Amino acid sequence: MDIPYTVKPRPDTGLYNAKVGIWLFLASEVMLFGAFFSSYILLRVGAPDGFWPDVATAWPHGLLNIPIGTFNTAVLIISSVTVLLAWASLKEGNLPKFKKFMAATILCALGFLAIKSYEYNEKFTHYVIRLKDGTAVTGHLDIDGKSPRFWSLATVEAKKLESIKVHVDVPNQFRYPVGFKHGPPAEAEAKEGGHGAGEHAAREIKTADIALLQAFIPKTGTFFAIYFTMTFLHGLHVLGGAIVMAYIAFVGDGMWKTDPERYTNRIEVAGLFWHFVDLVWIFLFPVVYLL
Amino acid sequence: MQTATTHAQAHGHGHEHAHEHHEPGFWAKYIFSTDHKMIGIQYGITSLAFLFFGFLLMLAMRQQLANPGEPIPVIGKLLEKTLGADAATGGIMQADLYNSFGAMHGTIMVFLAIVPLAFGAFGNYVTPLQIGAPDMAFPRLNMASYHLYFWGGVVMLVSFFIPGGAAKSGWTSYSPLATLADVDHLINGQTMWLIGMVLLITSSLLGAVNFIATIIQLRAKGLTWMRLPFFVWAQFVTAFLLLLAFPPLEAAGLMQLADNLLKTSFFLPTGLVTTGGPVPASGGGSPLLWQHLFWFLAHPEVYVLILPAMGIVSEVIANNTRKPLWGYKSMVYAVLAIGFLAFIVWAHHMYLTGMGTKISTFFQTTTMMISIPSVIILTALFISLWGGSIRFNTPMLFALAFLPMFGIGGLTGLPLGFNASDIYLHDSYYVIGHFHYVVAPGTIFGLFAGVYFWYPKATGRFMSEFWGKVHFFGSLVCMNLIFAPMFVQGLRGMSRRMYDGGATYFGLGVDPGILWLNKFISHAAIALLVFQLPFIWNFFSSLFIGKKIESDNPWQATTLDWQTPTPPPHGNFATEPVVYRGPYEYSVPGAAKDFTPQGQKA
Repeated sequence: MDIPYTVKPRPDTGLYNAKVGIWLFLASEVMLFGAFFSSYILLRVGAPDGFWPDVATAWPHGLLNIPIGTFNTAVLIISSVTVLLAWASLKEGNLPKFKKFMAATILCALGFLAIKSYEYNEKFTHYVIRLKDGTAVTGHLDIDGKSPRFWSLATVEAKKLESIKVHVDVPNQFRYPVGFKHGPPAEAEAKEGGHGAGEHAAREIKTADIALLQAFIPKTGTFFAIYFTMTFLHGLHVLGGAIVMAYIAFVGDGMWKTDPERYTNRIEVAGLFWHFVDLVWIFLFPVVYLL
Repeated sequence: MQTATTHAQAHGHGHEHAHEHHEPGFWAKYIFSTDHKMIGIQYGITSLAFLFFGFLLMLAMRQQLANPGEPIPVIGKLLEKTLGADAATGGIMQADLYNSFGAMHGTIMVFLAIVPLAFGAFGNYVTPLQIGAPDMAFPRLNMASYHLYFWGGVVMLVSFFIPGGAAKSGWTSYSPLATLADVDHLINGQTMWLIGMVLLITSSLLGAVNFIATIIQLRAKGLTWMRLPFFVWAQFVTAFLLLLAFPPLEAAGLMQLADNLLKTSFFLPTGLVTTGGPVPASGGGSPLLWQHLFWFLAHPEVYVLILPAMGIVSEVIANNTRKPLWGYKSMVYAVLAIGFLAFIVWAHHMYLTGMGTKISTFFQTTTMMISIPSVIILTALFISLWGGSIRFNTPMLFALAFLPMFGIGGLTGLPLGFNASDIYLHDSYYVIGHFHYVVAPGTIFGLFAGVYFWYPKATGRFMSEFWGKVHFFGSLVCMNLIFAPMFVQGLRGMSRRMYDGGATYFGLGVDPGILWLNKFISHAAIALLVFQLPFIWNFFSSLFIGKKIESDNPWQATTLDWQTPTPPPHGNFATEPVVYRGPYEYSVPGAAKDFTPQGQKA
């Protein structure tokens, strides 16, 4: 028994089965990411006024690394071009050229994931520290010259540290009224004796003064929660796409000899998925990095 | 298989084909089958088992409601032994266990019993046959769908036995309750519920992709869209509902999973305090967000429950009135309209959340609109009966009963769709009565009609008419005795969540005068159980002692599913089917017989 139209398009629809399947699958993916984007909007609109980290549940801005994010966007767009060229090479019947372009695509995918991991690590070593007097700062811990990941107040207490050294992001951060909409006034930054604005000042903070110490991890706030969830899910799609494309191109390429048309179709379907993964990032990047 | 030989060689799939000639072993044939009919039967048997299990959960709850604080008869000791003394102290159902059973009854009935039976079983078995296809478009994906469903079910069942017990925050799993219900255990019932749901959702998504691709691509030659049997249309729209409505719940499920495991605050508002003190979470989340995402699935899910049953009922009614369906085209357009409107009515489940009157008004309006296409379908089915020479066999009885039962369910939904009346009725037994009328004597009767109708095609034997009628009349009476009194209880203000069956009211010095109905309903539920026994007996014994069919088309039906050998072999059709006419050419004036099959040329 053979299923019809697995390779040749059905005359009245003009499509082969897998192409219908992938478009339907992508429709459901649109709904999946659509739900996350809607959640992002609702959480952000519902976040209280004021400034993070002064107001624990306010929406933070400017925490993500825009140059790196932009670079990563370019990496993904390039991979979208190369996967198309790979498919075009197959259409020309040029298998070696196809493999080169596929290798480029997969390298881009892995590069994207590597850069994303670097960004994640940047967040895991970055801390918000809320003191018992209600003030809060953000910065990096300096424990004997090292910048540890995933610490919490419990970690500091367990290590019996009297105080910790913190490289604060902005000196005298956030000593202005709650509900202030457009960033701290410039003079407030320069006030603290001895530190110029923007300079990374080291401070000793007593453990006894700390109410909360947390890295930039999902539970730190709804922004982090949705940022990590969306980018992680997108990263899983990148990884899945890369694995499948690597399998088709370098393990399952025997099909090129037995059934070249079907093989080309596979690449087309994988390519459609890959473009979708790019497209999600094209929305994700401005929404979480820029807005 | 004969036709397949030439096909396979022409396509150069020599080795795959040679493989098929071996008689497959037990595992390949029954467990890892890629044949849509075997997968349909797998779905059917698994989901019927879950249907029975979900019913038993409810019977245990009904005993608690009828006699609050007394040990559950028969299974009380068993519950204490298996689920722990905390859950059922001395065989008495505790509040947490009642909540668990309630949540799991809903989850199991919706996601593990009715959807898999209506969509997985009937959709899989019948759809490819009715469109003249050799199989589904993606047979291995089909197998994966079933296995994901199966393991989703296993995860749900295992959750009863983990510390803390199964999920206990309702089938709706509203946050923050769902996240805070069992904070003592990291892997708690709710976590298991979410993992199970992610598996079930993935299964449904793959199934939906497969169904739509199959219906678009694999229709037989000549089977144009307006020649599709209504059953296929119903499955087609159902698949679109699943495809587009389930992903948002998957997103919500992943976020609630993060709330439970990573301690995020997607759905936890700021300043949340429980009896254990302030909740250690950042806050800033939105409980309403969960409700929106949940109901964005769960309202279309209502149509996922009802549309396949409508499809089955349409087939059975056309066949047994020996008449074409009245208004076939308007039914098709109506089902498409339902498919569209189903996506914009979800927040009528949320009038009491304080969304604001403007939003409530919008959803009230769309809710009234969606009742129109539903009424069109029901009316067309009623008019189809007019002037027919009706055969009152068991499938037809179930199909006929579906019409008024679904009608009662639908009409009692109107006061819930208006937000003024819903404010009073919300979360009362009235709601339970309403949606059970839609799903129990509605959908389940439709599905029973389907079981009796296609059983001869799948097995070559009829189910017993006598036991079928016992099953039908007993179930019809009991269903009404169970659900009609719930309207009365609900109108008197009885809340649906009370594990003592409303006895608290007496503590408050109020005699609502409706508590005696608890016992009444519980007795009717036991009677309903008794009337399912003939079905179980009939279902299995007819495999061996049922009356053998005399032709491949025992009901004298017109659609392509009856033009296959019985039971249909791998690949379904002996010769490639070609379609020359519409689906319901019964009693055509001047025709030789009172039915003209779709594949008959002239």
